[in-house]
Amino acid sequence: MLNVSNATKIYGQSCGECIDHTGPAVGDNQCPVCGSVVACADVDFGLHDGEVLGIVGESGSGKSSLAEILALDSDATAGDVRYDAYDGNLLETDYQARHELRNEHVGMVHQHVRDGLELDFSGGGNVAEKLLAAGWRHYGDVRERVEDLFRETEVPVSRMDDATETYSGGMQRRVQIAKAIANDPGLVVLDEPTTGLDVSVQARVLDMFRRLQREQDVATVVVSHDLGVVRLLADRTLVMRHGRVIESGLTDRIMEDPHHEYTQTLINSAI
Amino acid sequence: MTDKCGVAAVAEAESVDDLLDSVTDDGLTGYNYAYLDEHTKREVRRATLSAIALPGHQVPFASREMPLARGWGTGGIQTSLSLLGPDDTFKVIDQGSDESVNAANIRRLAARTANVETTTDATEASVIQTRHRIPEEVLDDDQILVLQVPITDPLRRVDGSDDANRRRHAHSNYSKMWVALYENVVEYGEIKLSSRYPVLVGDRYLMDPSPIPRWDVPKLDDADNLFLFAAGREARIYAVPPHTEVEPLAFEDRQFQVERFPEHACGNCGSEDTFLTEVETDDGGRVYACNDASFCEKRRADPSLSKAHHRNGDGHTWGPPTDPSVPYESDGDSGENRGPAGPNRGGDE
Repeated sequence: MLNVSNATKIYGQSCGECIDHTGPAVGDNQCPVCGSVVACADVDFGLHDGEVLGIVGESGSGKSSLAEILALDSDATAGDVRYDAYDGNLLETDYQARHELRNEHVGMVHQHVRDGLELDFSGGGNVAEKLLAAGWRHYGDVRERVEDLFRETEVPVSRMDDATETYSGGMQRRVQIAKAIANDPGLVVLDEPTTGLDVSVQARVLDMFRRLQREQDVATVVVSHDLGVVRLLADRTLVMRHGRVIESGLTDRIMEDPHHEYTQTLINSAI
Repeated sequence: MTDKCGVAAVAEAESVDDLLDSVTDDGLTGYNYAYLDEHTKREVRRATLSAIALPGHQVPFASREMPLARGWGTGGIQTSLSLLGPDDTFKVIDQGSDESVNAANIRRLAARTANVETTTDATEASVIQTRHRIPEEVLDDDQILVLQVPITDPLRRVDGSDDANRRRHAHSNYSKMWVALYENVVEYGEIKLSSRYPVLVGDRYLMDPSPIPRWDVPKLDDADNLFLFAAGREARIYAVPPHTEVEPLAFEDRQFQVERFPEHACGNCGSEDTFLTEVETDDGGRVYACNDASFCEKRRADPSLSKAHHRNGDGHTWGPPTDPSVPYESDGDSGENRGPAGPNRGGDE
């Protein structure tokens, strides 16, 4: 349902040879010629309905840039992304099409809560925004759906009319998930879904999401530096370093039998 | 002014009138017709035409300094003066009153510089400049209503960034406004915006109808006359051309509602079908009175006067019912719902 080929994101004025001068072979993601940063390059993968893909890598390896491209939050430099809900290259959409896709077909859970939620609005209002943008015009229906979503994501319904800034970090993350799945999208992108949460809350957020993901059969891309998160959620995993995919395969295979030297280090260094 | 207006003249004067009489100057001969220079008028007219072509869209224009502070109707004055010609009749209302200092001064400026007739009768005027009200009497297709606007963008309620808001307008992305309405209902059980009620114009642009009460909002829909909205401080003009669909935002199960004045009638004329405001009397009591002063005066002379009296009672939908015996339907569908109804009055449902 999702097919990504050659996804590339370069920050800065590219000299045209950046991709040759960077990557794991060189050991850097900054082009020595022009100074541009190659956040990710030549990323290829496919995703089936209901499948969960994990993307792991150290900080600066290009995971989040890739996630933002997939969630249509930032423009890609090059690449071709085909998605069932859209006829054409997802990376060449205009604002209008992008807006519709993001509303109804691609859900995103941001690493930084400020990117994903309007903190002045109530939690319920944040989730309702997705429904209202999709054309819901019946207050009672909106209200009911928001309550259902809050129950599903285990946010106390009694708090839904409070300002989002008064929520705890875990609740905010769950409200983001409620918002991401509000319109039953085919694809959800989670960027560091548990970072900054304490361990017990992490477990609850992950359990909740795993249940939702199974129930709704939504294809998911999980970006995390935390191998535990990826091991728990992902069917398949990409390992990124210096803006390139260095290894990919079934999550169990990668965890038990890592081939690439860096992946071996990564897995051995997990505490 | 000449130097005759100096300190010596003040000392000699017996009264202010004497002082004014003693002033001799070039009068208005130094000014262009209708105060503004022709380039300014052309600029304003161009923006006005663009605004009419794109109903509800805010068109920027080169707003000039005017001889009063921005925020006191400078946009309205520039628009009115660029429209007026010697054959026009001009009316100015300030929150329903013809007699406020600002309204009187604007009217006098137009009378002196543009040589127009002035009137307080809404049916007589060809151009009406107004602040925060639409007259109670139905306007005709040869009339223009110029509304003074303090804040042009309805989205500024929900996001302070004009940049982001322009982008939202470009793509009809009004979900933030809908969230604001949703939260309003959460808090109060209904949409409680007292003025500046957001409306969708021609199914395209979200528009701030200026701080008119909700009572006046339905008048914008499918009207015979042209509405111009002008903001001098923000340098924007926008318009609702005749017979344009103007729909107040509301939920299917939380309808738009006008203000209700149950069990109140105007203390002066006894009207029950007009927008009333609470006024304090000299002895500290409180009474309700018509906000539209000139229509109230007519109603005092003839209590049964219809709001469409000058159109032979032509039943054009003009906001809350023109006939007090007709209940107000918020969907604006007048045809089938008109009939010999009981003593129900507007907005009771």
